[in-house]
Amino acid sequence: MKKPNVAALLLLLALAMFGLWAVADELQDANALFKQGNQAQALDKVNSYLASHPKDAKARFLQGLIYTEQNKTAEAIKVFTSLTEDYPELPEPYNNLAVLYAAQGQYDKARNALETAIRTHPSYATAHENLGDIYAKLATQAYDKALQFDKTNTTAQTKLELIKELFSSSPRAAKVTAKTDTAKTDTVAAVTPSTPEPQKVKTDNAAKENQPVATAAAGDDTQDVLKTVNDWAKAWSKGDVAAYLAFYAQDFKTPNGESREAWEKSRKERISKSMSIQVTVIDPKVTLSDATHAKAGFKQDYRSNTLKSTTAKNLLLVKSGDKWLIQREQAGR
Amino acid sequence: MMHKLAYGAALGLTLGLAGSASSMNDQALRAAVAYAPPQEPEALLVNSLLEISRNRLDMAMVEIDNAIKANPNFRLAHLIKGDLLLAHTRPINTIGDAPNAPHQRIVELREEAKARLQRRSQHPPLDYIPKYLLQMHPGQHYAIVVDISLSTLYLYQNLNGEPRYVTDYYISSGKNGSEKLKEGDQRTPLGVYFVTATLPKSQLSDFYGAGAYPISYPNEWDRQHGRDGHGIWLHGTPSNTYSRPPRSSNGCVVLTNQDLTTLGKTLQIGLTPVIISEHVEWMSPDNWRAQRNALVSQIENWRRDWENRDTDAYLRHYAKNFNANGHTLSQWAKQKHRVNAAKTWIKVDVSNVSMFLYPGYENLAVVNFDQDYSSSNLSTQMKKRQYWIKENNHWKIVYEDAA
Repeated sequence: MKKPNVAALLLLLALAMFGLWAVADELQDANALFKQGNQAQALDKVNSYLASHPKDAKARFLQGLIYTEQNKTAEAIKVFTSLTEDYPELPEPYNNLAVLYAAQGQYDKARNALETAIRTHPSYATAHENLGDIYAKLATQAYDKALQFDKTNTTAQTKLELIKELFSSSPRAAKVTAKTDTAKTDTVAAVTPSTPEPQKVKTDNAAKENQPVATAAAGDDTQDVLKTVNDWAKAWSKGDVAAYLAFYAQDFKTPNGESREAWEKSRKERISKSMSIQVTVIDPKVTLSDATHAKAGFKQDYRSNTLKSTTAKNLLLVKSGDKWLIQREQAGR
Repeated sequence: MMHKLAYGAALGLTLGLAGSASSMNDQALRAAVAYAPPQEPEALLVNSLLEISRNRLDMAMVEIDNAIKANPNFRLAHLIKGDLLLAHTRPINTIGDAPNAPHQRIVELREEAKARLQRRSQHPPLDYIPKYLLQMHPGQHYAIVVDISLSTLYLYQNLNGEPRYVTDYYISSGKNGSEKLKEGDQRTPLGVYFVTATLPKSQLSDFYGAGAYPISYPNEWDRQHGRDGHGIWLHGTPSNTYSRPPRSSNGCVVLTNQDLTTLGKTLQIGLTPVIISEHVEWMSPDNWRAQRNALVSQIENWRRDWENRDTDAYLRHYAKNFNANGHTLSQWAKQKHRVNAAKTWIKVDVSNVSMFLYPGYENLAVVNFDQDYSSSNLSTQMKKRQYWIKENNHWKIVYEDAA
C-alpha cells in the first residue's frame, strides 16, 4: 500500500474520531484484497464486516462479486437477488444478476434483469450493451428453433460485462458509453471510483475494419475529415457549445430520436455542467463511401470531473459545401 | 431503442401475387384478424405481423410469445421472434433476417408467412358458398373444400340441405403444385373425391402425425383422362413440427395435428366429399339455389323418361361422348332399347341425391344417389354415380356406373 500523506492522515484521524475507522478500513481492505485476486481473504473480511452491518449495500455487493469470482454462482445469485429486493432502484445488482444468468444460459432471466436495470436507469450504458448481447443471443436461439438447427450447435457463449462497483452510474448523456479501459481505471483512486470496470474489454473491430481510401483526390478529403473530427473534439473540450453544435448537420440523427431542439438543449446542459472536459481522438480511421459521405472511426478518450471513459466511436459525415458535418454519431464497439 | 422491421415488401408481395392491392395495408390486416379465432397460433401470429406493420414492436413481441406458447413447434413464430429480438440491435429488412441461415428454409418460412396472411385477408363473405357444393344428401354431415392457391381447407356443415361455413385451416400441398397427373409427380390432384378410410396414428410413422384419411384419387374421371398415382391423403405433421411450408408435400393435403384431429371428428368414411380446387369459386346463396334447381330438374326428367319407357327421350339425356366402362353411347343405346322393349312397366326411385360441381371445369357435375329400380321382370337397388356435363347449354350424362 501507498504510504499515506499528511492530508490522508488527517482524514483518517477525523474518521477515527467518529468511530468509523476500523469498519471502513475493513471494507476497504476487503476491496483491495478482492482486486488483488485474494478472494478467500476478501470474503473473510467482507463477512466479518457484514456481521456488524448486515444491510450494507456496498459490502453485500462486494460479497456477490467475490462469490462470482469464486464461481459460486448460486451464492452470488442469492446475494445480488436480495440486493435487488432491498434496493430495487440500483441497476448494478440487476446487471450482475443478468451476467450470472447468461453464464448459465438463462437468457430470458438475464433479459428481464437487464430490462429492469434500464427501466430504473435508462442511460445505463453497460446494461444497454449487455442487453444488446442478450437480444442477439436470444435471436440466435429463436432462429435455431425456426430453422431446426441442432441444439448441439456450438455457438460461443455470450460473455457479459460484470459491474464491479456499486453506484457507478454517473450522470451522463445516454449515448456516451462509459466502457472504460481496465488499464486506465487502475490509476483512479481506489477510494472513490466513479466508473465501472468491465471484466472483459471487447476487441475493437471498428478500428481495424476499414482502411482509408488512398487516392489523391480522396486524400484531401480524408485530411479534411480528420481535421473536422479533431476540431469537433477541441470545441467540445473547450466547452464551446455553439462551436460544438455547429459541427452537426441539419439532418443529424439524434441518438434517441428526440427533436433537434431537445437534443441541443441536453447537450448544452451536459457540456456546460462539467467543469472540465478533455476529449481526445485516438487512432482515427477515415473511410470515404463516396465524394460527399465519410465515416470516421476512432477511440474517444473522454475525461471530465465526473466521468472518464474510452469508447469506440463512429461519426458519419456528409460534405456540405466545403465543410464536413456530422450526420450520425454512434458509440459502440 | 428498437429498429424498425421493414416487412412491408415481403408481405406486400402476397397481395400483389393475388392481383389485389399492391401492398399489405392496415385494413386488409384488420380484416385478416377478424376471421381468425382469437387464441389460435395463426391468429396470434397474424396479430404480431399487424403490430409490426404499425411499428408497435413491443406488442408484436407479446403476440408472438403467445403464438409460441400456443404451439412451441411453430417455426415461423420463432423466426419472427428472432427478428423482433434482433431489431433491438440492428434494423431488420425482411422476414427471417437471420445471419448465415440456410436460404431454402428461410424462403419456405417466408412463403408460409405470406400464405397465412393471404388466406386471412382474402376470406370470402361468410354466406357465400363454394360453387362445388350444389347439393349434399341428408346423410352427409360435412363437406371439405380445399383452395390450393390460398393454402386453405374450408369445412362446411350440411344444415338442412344448405352448406354452412364452419371453419377453415391452413394446409400444405404438393411441392410441384396441383393438377396431379402421374405417380410420383409430387402434385396434389384437383377434383371431387371422398374420404375412403381412416388410418390411426398407431399404424403410421411419426411423419404423418395425428393420423391420416386417404381420399379416392384417382377417381373414374381421372382414370378416363389417364391420371394415375395413389396414396393421396389428408394427414398431420411430425410431432416436432407445428406446420409445414405451403408447398412441401408429395401431393397430400397436410394439416396441423390439432386441426387434423378436430377435422377428423367430422369425417364420415365413404361419404364426406373432399373437393380440391386451385382457386375456389364462390356463389351467392340465390345463384347457388338457381344452379342447384336447374340440375335437380334435369335429373328428374331423366328419371321420368326412363320410368315412362320413352327410350328415345331417355337417351337424349346422354352426351355424345358418353362413356361407361368402355361402353360408347351407341352400345348403351342399343342395350337400353333391347331391355326396355321387354318390359311392361318400370319404376325408378332416386333418393339421397348429392351433386358436386367439378373444379377446373365450367360445367361438370358429379351426381350420386341411391337408385331403387323395379320393373316387370327385374328389380335392383344400387348406389349410382353419374357425371353430368353441359352440352349446348343442356345438362347431359357423360358417365354412369354403380358407385
